Amino acid sequence: MKLLDCPYVGVRPLQEFVFGGEVRNMPDPNTASDEEWANYVFNRSGEPGIRQEWWYHLPSGTWFIAERDTLKDEFLRTYLYSAQGKP
Amino acid sequence: MTNRLPRQPGEWIDRERPLRFRFEGEEYTGYTGDTLSSALAANGVRLLGRSFKYHRPRGIYSLANHDCNALMCDGHQTNIRADVTPLWEGADVKAVNTVGGLRRDRAQVIDRLGAFLPVGFYYKTFHTPRKLFPFYERQMRAMAGLGAINRNHPRVRTPKAYDFCDVLVVGAGPAGLAAAIAAAEQGAQVVLVDENPRPGGSLGYQWAEEPQAAGLLEGLLQQVAALPNLEPRLSTVAAGYYADHWIALVDARRLTKMRARTVVIASGCHEQPAVFGNNDLPGVMLASAAQRLMHRFAVKPFERALVLAANTDGYRAALQLHRCGVKVQAIVDLRPGGEESELGPQAAQENIPIHVGHAVTMAVPAAGKVGIRGAVVCLLDAEGKPRTDRGLQIDCDGIAMSVGWAAADGLLCQAGGRMAYSERLAQFVPKTLPPGLFAAGRVNGVFLLPDQIADGKRAGLQAAAYLAKYSGPIPPESCHDGPPPSHPYPIFPHPTEKSFVDLDEDVQYKDLVHSAQEGFDSAELMKRYSTYGMGPSQGKIANVNAIRILAKVKGQTVAETGTTTSRPFYHPVPLSHLAGRGFHPHRRTPLHSRHEAAGAEFMAAGEWLRPAYYAAAGKTREQAIQEEVQAVRQRAGLIDVGTLGKLEISGPDAAEFIERIYTGRFARMKIGTSRYGLMCDETGVIIDDGVVARLAEDRFYVTTTTTASGSVYREMQRWALLWGLDVVLVNATGSYAAMNLAGPRSRQILADLTGINLAEEGFPYLGVREGEILGIPARVLRVGFVGELGYEIHVPAHSAARVWDGLMQAGQFCQIRPFGVEAQRVLRLEKGHVIVGQDTDGLTTPREAHMEWAVKADKPFFVGQRSLAIQGAKESQRRLVGFVLPQGYAGPMPKECHLVIENGQITGRVTSICFSPTLGQVIGLAYVAPSQAAPGSAFQIRAEEGAMVTATVVEIPFYDPKNLRQTRTETAK
Repeated sequence: MKLLDCPYVGVRPLQEFVFGGEVRNMPDPNTASDEEWANYVFNRSGEPGIRQEWWYHLPSGTWFIAERDTLKDEFLRTYLYSAQGKP
Repeated sequence: MTNRLPRQPGEWIDRERPLRFRFEGEEYTGYTGDTLSSALAANGVRLLGRSFKYHRPRGIYSLANHDCNALMCDGHQTNIRADVTPLWEGADVKAVNTVGGLRRDRAQVIDRLGAFLPVGFYYKTFHTPRKLFPFYERQMRAMAGLGAINRNHPRVRTPKAYDFCDVLVVGAGPAGLAAAIAAAEQGAQVVLVDENPRPGGSLGYQWAEEPQAAGLLEGLLQQVAALPNLEPRLSTVAAGYYADHWIALVDARRLTKMRARTVVIASGCHEQPAVFGNNDLPGVMLASAAQRLMHRFAVKPFERALVLAANTDGYRAALQLHRCGVKVQAIVDLRPGGEESELGPQAAQENIPIHVGHAVTMAVPAAGKVGIRGAVVCLLDAEGKPRTDRGLQIDCDGIAMSVGWAAADGLLCQAGGRMAYSERLAQFVPKTLPPGLFAAGRVNGVFLLPDQIADGKRAGLQAAAYLAKYSGPIPPESCHDGPPPSHPYPIFPHPTEKSFVDLDEDVQYKDLVHSAQEGFDSAELMKRYSTYGMGPSQGKIANVNAIRILAKVKGQTVAETGTTTSRPFYHPVPLSHLAGRGFHPHRRTPLHSRHEAAGAEFMAAGEWLRPAYYAAAGKTREQAIQEEVQAVRQRAGLIDVGTLGKLEISGPDAAEFIERIYTGRFARMKIGTSRYGLMCDETGVIIDDGVVARLAEDRFYVTTTTTASGSVYREMQRWALLWGLDVVLVNATGSYAAMNLAGPRSRQILADLTGINLAEEGFPYLGVREGEILGIPARVLRVGFVGELGYEIHVPAHSAARVWDGLMQAGQFCQIRPFGVEAQRVLRLEKGHVIVGQDTDGLTTPREAHMEWAVKADKPFFVGQRSLAIQGAKESQRRLVGFVLPQGYAGPMPKECHLVIENGQITGRVTSICFSPTLGQVIGLAYVAPSQAAPGSAFQIRAEEGAMVTATVVEIPFYDPKNLRQTRTETAK
């Protein structure tokens, strides 16, 4: 089982985490076309590469971002989300 | 024990403790420390089993956990590996896979039909005529598989263990011991595992008689014993590698999940056989098997041996056999140049005839093929082909093969290590290893004893350095120097005698050639078609030769041909070690003991246990549920709803947050009131519902469904983070108990217990009050799922029982009843309330579920709003409607998930259905096509066994459609 480094509690087994999908920006619902909106809601890229992903540490209730190389399945770093979107 | 040798220096057997046992009905004696196979060999028993397909006689081959033709059973255990399973007192074992006993196995006739059983025979044959397939299937099931399962096997408990260490060293041979010692000396916590009951690996058999090895094992073990931070674990198999250095360790009792910080693999090599005619018969074995017999178990493997060699190891084995009193009839050396080391002349000095540049082309079977009586040896021509015109027959009763090795690289590969074929070693060796993983010793291509020790030390120091426990110099990797220890192509198939590549599955040389010719010419395809490497030993002594054959057929190098993928488990693991108690914790509400005392029958609701109903003496389940329903409708009932999710949302932006999360309108809600809240996801699908109560301007208390409380809280946290709103979310699900007091008498019951003004004007429907009940702080919501006057009472969990008891006591005057989930389902269905997750699914929108009233589409924003707007412009495929069956209906009863059918097409399904005691007829909810949704329309439900039942759409709620019983009009009385 993989290990994941929660920014609050440190390295814990993956079992304690919930995957929250890739970090994506919501288009403005008032201006986005139906197609753009449907694309945001339904379509996900499966292309391997370095991704920003939401992860949730269940026991401590912490959402954070993990940068993961999905080709190698390696976590590169983790950090807390800030409203500005950058660590 | 006719073949037992005098005491050997490092022998594993305890001659003071003899053991009596039976094999195939015959009685024998062995010693403590013997395996089943070694004890039988000591008794002169060579025939240990029959092969899987042809039922050919088989004996000891590897004595290293790969002897999958010597599987035994004792009536309890299935497929006992005789080569490694320790002998026990009173063992009474038989060979598996025989028809009528090992010696007279009636199925051995199949061996003579071999010519009619080409590779892929089953695929090609047993499909036509189709009507015969059941017959074929029965026959194949009877023939396939090995031991029979004991269906009365006693239940065993196999708890799992979790463990941690700095360095895990796999393999306690010279390299592994050196690595473990080196890492432990730097202060690392080291665990050293080995599948054998004793440490030492090749020091105990292959190097057993070497002067340089004398005292070495003892010295290493003394060092191990002196290091308190080095823990050896023997008889323990490292069976699989999982991400981030998580290793499955399997011993006789349990599975240990070992999390190591770094791992050293010193798993050694598997010796590989040569391929020639009858290379499978008892008496033909790997040289290392003969060495194990002699040095571990003090058993003389043969009387007159022939050693087939292609490396120094073979000469060493020949000399060991010679010293143990075996007459070594010849060393047949595949190499044209013969042996370069001093062991060559040593063998000659002992008058052992050496045939350089020769090969064994077949073993000559003894009568009944239960052994061999000689070997045909041929000169090899310049291309390495045997010249049958230059053959001779050598008298022998055994052939020891020492032609090469294959890295035991299963764990390395599972860990993501990449192996590359080294032409110099004629073996796969590690090319790249993932961080924190190190290889040492023979698996790393290091074959000489001093080099193995040095390589182990190097890997141990590297592991310590990886953990920042060592910063000194790392010695360079040892490099094999000298002639290769493996022959590149030790394959000399016989034109008429069967020449086996895989003994587990009886795959012959010609089967692989035919596979390749039929187009199954990649390693993975050929494996699946011919089944090589798919037997119990998973090709540990077959894969390398199979790939060599494939490479040759295709005119490629072995490196180009590649190999098959190694997956966990590396060794078979008993299912009992994997199974075990299920760890599915159930949550119990604080009122659990009250439910038990009241005779509750419990059911699982999400992770919770909830009372389904309360059993009553002399009443059936249905009667008990009906009485609970009637109590609520006519008098009063009390239900534990503590499993609801309970969230506190506070802060300056709390109202704004709720406005965005739920589909309804909440911003202008008055303090002390509550509203129904419906929640969608971004695609506009209903995911949850509950009650939103406003306790203060900036403080809300919301409930969620039982099953979604965790995920709703989680998603709320993420939205709060994303929106950057100033809110505090607290999941109070476990800290509050909740119960719903429902029924026309509920106000009367509650009135004596609380100071809260319960008068209709003071505390109307949907009102929320904070106060005390029996002196306990409580939140009381005038809501209810069941459609009667009711109070949902939330109190701190530790006080729940007092409040429950108080309410039950206060309700005695009207025979208050506790009611369970089943009665609640009936009551809510009568009211037409939807249960999210039962009456909705992963695609249900509010419009489909008849809940558009709960959606305020003109709000600035809520989750799912945009998707609902897009969907709203389109026609939906289905509608949730209420339906009834006629009064007095007595036909087949439809059930939840039965389909709605129109003109042979599925248009929907039943989501809830029950008999309503209040209405006296069957009611339900179902999805139907929009064209079927108008009240009064009829539709067809296909019930069990195809019975079609006609239902009629009606308006919901079925009961009290104007909601008079919950609101002022009727409750004010």
